[in-house]
Amino acid sequence: MLKNIAAVCLLAFAVTPALAQSGKPEKVLKIISSLPRTGSANAQTTTMVNGIQLAIDEVNGKVGDYTIVYEDMDDASPQRGNWDPAVEAQNANKAARDESVIAYIGTFNSGASKISMPVLNKAGLLMISPAATYPGLTKPGKGEANEPKIYRPTGKINFFRVVPADDLQGFVAAEWAKDMGVKKVYILDDRELYGKGIANVFENHAKEIGIEVLGREGIDPKASNFKSLATKIKAAAPDMVYFGGTTQNSAGQIAKDLHTANATPKFMVPDGCFEKAFIEAAGAENVNGSAYITFGGLPADKLTGRGAEFRAAYKKKYNLKENEEPEGYAVYGYEACKVLLDAIPKAKTKDRAGILQAVSETKNYNGALGIWSFDENGDTTNTTMSGNTVENGEFKFVKVLGK
Amino acid sequence: MIMSQAAVSESVAPVAMGWGDVLSQQLITGVSNGMIIALIAIGYTMVYGIIELINFAHGDLCTLGSFLALTLVGALGMEAWAGLGGTAAVITLLISAAVFCGALNWTIDRVAYRPLRGKPKLALLVSAIGCSFILVNIALFWGGLPMEVFGGGNQAAAPKDFPSLISNENLLGAKSAITVTWRDLFVVIVTVPLMIGLTWLVKSTRLGKAMRAVAQNPTAAALMGIDVNRVIGSTFLIGGALGGFASVIYALYNNTISFQMGYRTGMDAFTAAVLGGIGSLPGAVVGGIVIGLVRALSDGYFEARWTNSVVFGILILTLVFRPSGILGAKLREKV
Repeated sequence: MLKNIAAVCLLAFAVTPALAQSGKPEKVLKIISSLPRTGSANAQTTTMVNGIQLAIDEVNGKVGDYTIVYEDMDDASPQRGNWDPAVEAQNANKAARDESVIAYIGTFNSGASKISMPVLNKAGLLMISPAATYPGLTKPGKGEANEPKIYRPTGKINFFRVVPADDLQGFVAAEWAKDMGVKKVYILDDRELYGKGIANVFENHAKEIGIEVLGREGIDPKASNFKSLATKIKAAAPDMVYFGGTTQNSAGQIAKDLHTANATPKFMVPDGCFEKAFIEAAGAENVNGSAYITFGGLPADKLTGRGAEFRAAYKKKYNLKENEEPEGYAVYGYEACKVLLDAIPKAKTKDRAGILQAVSETKNYNGALGIWSFDENGDTTNTTMSGNTVENGEFKFVKVLGK
Repeated sequence: MIMSQAAVSESVAPVAMGWGDVLSQQLITGVSNGMIIALIAIGYTMVYGIIELINFAHGDLCTLGSFLALTLVGALGMEAWAGLGGTAAVITLLISAAVFCGALNWTIDRVAYRPLRGKPKLALLVSAIGCSFILVNIALFWGGLPMEVFGGGNQAAAPKDFPSLISNENLLGAKSAITVTWRDLFVVIVTVPLMIGLTWLVKSTRLGKAMRAVAQNPTAAALMGIDVNRVIGSTFLIGGALGGFASVIYALYNNTISFQMGYRTGMDAFTAAVLGGIGSLPGAVVGGIVIGLVRALSDGYFEARWTNSVVFGILILTLVFRPSGILGAKLREKV
């Protein structure tokens, strides 16, 4: 708290003389992103921040006579090595207080959105998430009974996402499992909002389409190993284990222990593990050919149209080698920022309310992810999903999944 | 004996497991995990026995031992050391980590604890917590070093894959429903002699006698001509070395290390030390194995999410009926 007050005082000192000197204040619109920059999600979030920066650089940092200023905030703490509720709350409050901020790009984790959404809603500040996929954040009836109302104290919608939610991803994951001939599944989750949510969707749909659910339980993400759990699963003899959770919550260790115990031939995880850190943590030999990863979009090298242009521009700007690809979420960072920048000229007033209104009216937007709109809940109408596996320690695209 | 590079890549069709097989398997896992916890618990209990300090930095010391091991694996290309070389690699790792952790623990005592001897106990405790934070952050920095130097992963805080230097082959044959691997055996082969050796050291050597004397009454021991600081230093050295062994065993058994691993393992080990009776060496071993078994059985027959509650529930019950732990000495006025 004391630190905050000190920061505000400092800011006041820094800003006053600047205002006094320039006769005409510069017109600045500020964009903030709040993503976990410390910890193993860093590889993903770095490419997302690169994507945002690329979108801003494409317009040379200017929209009309407004200068776009971008600040990359971290919502993780080294102590947790993962997103931290206290830091996320701090970021949201800071953004809400700063009048020049017109958009908040984030969060990466659905649990973090839960914290910043009410704060930013009261401030009337636009929020665009490139990665938070828990359905209850936007969709009535898909989460808890009071969701998403509790995130919208003013009743107005200010949270949008460019990534399809987990009610789709869990659904197509179950369909994909059935296509692969899975008859019996064992389901685990990391007991976080995102992981538990997607595992619930997977479980419900699996039962609907006749896959037998042998067991369902939450794990302790900080346990040193999961060998006992692996034995229990081996005794149940499933065709597949589904883990709703992220790399930061031991997906790698689970893959490793299941593989060494020879407990299951197939291991499926959602997009929270669609990052190289997952393969590194698990050890390639434990996931090659046995891990299946769903992702709410297409890998960069499968994008077409504007998406292909994005990929080329990205690889050029960040000096990627011929065989290197941006991580899966880079394009979502780009798209979140791009849709915002394209909406600003249409806004009647260039303030929070005007820009929020303009973004919410996005229809048939021709972006890197195809042609899509924001629906009445703030969700993208895009439903393209992909199924991936691991081959020789690299992700390999298998097929497009869709409803 | 210990083979390098032997992950089971062709998946053998899973063998149906009866309830007896499952139970045996859970007990094997429990004992292996418990042994590792016990080895770390000894470090807590030795230090507590002699200077009545709960050395919170001990778990994080083990983290650094694992990071050293991973760095050595990467730098010396140990993954390629086949056959007897594999055994040599494991021995090299064990000894390097033990020397490193022993020396580091001795240094911590010299720098952060010794100047506070005779001061209020709380000062010492706060100093230990501070050391724990420093070690965690060193591990975080170490994990961020470039990949060429460092084994696996390029993200500072990401869990890191530790190469399987020890075969995961089933000693009972691929057809057996129960799996006992070289890894399980390795844990026992290394841990048991260390424990026996330590007991011998404390019971039968001059240093051991001096340690027991200092534990009983430092002032009287000093009057009898025992160099108390040297004895305490040796205790830290030995406790740290055991932690070093444990860190390599942990890394080879679980195949993953992370900068946060010391917190959880340290917590388990500390619980084990208290459960067994803090200050008692056999108590730490018994406590460690009990916790390993309880964790395995709770994960296996109950739900994994309740495991921590079960462990601490048992700890509370034990302390209510036996305040000095399972094998604790009759309670002397401490703390």
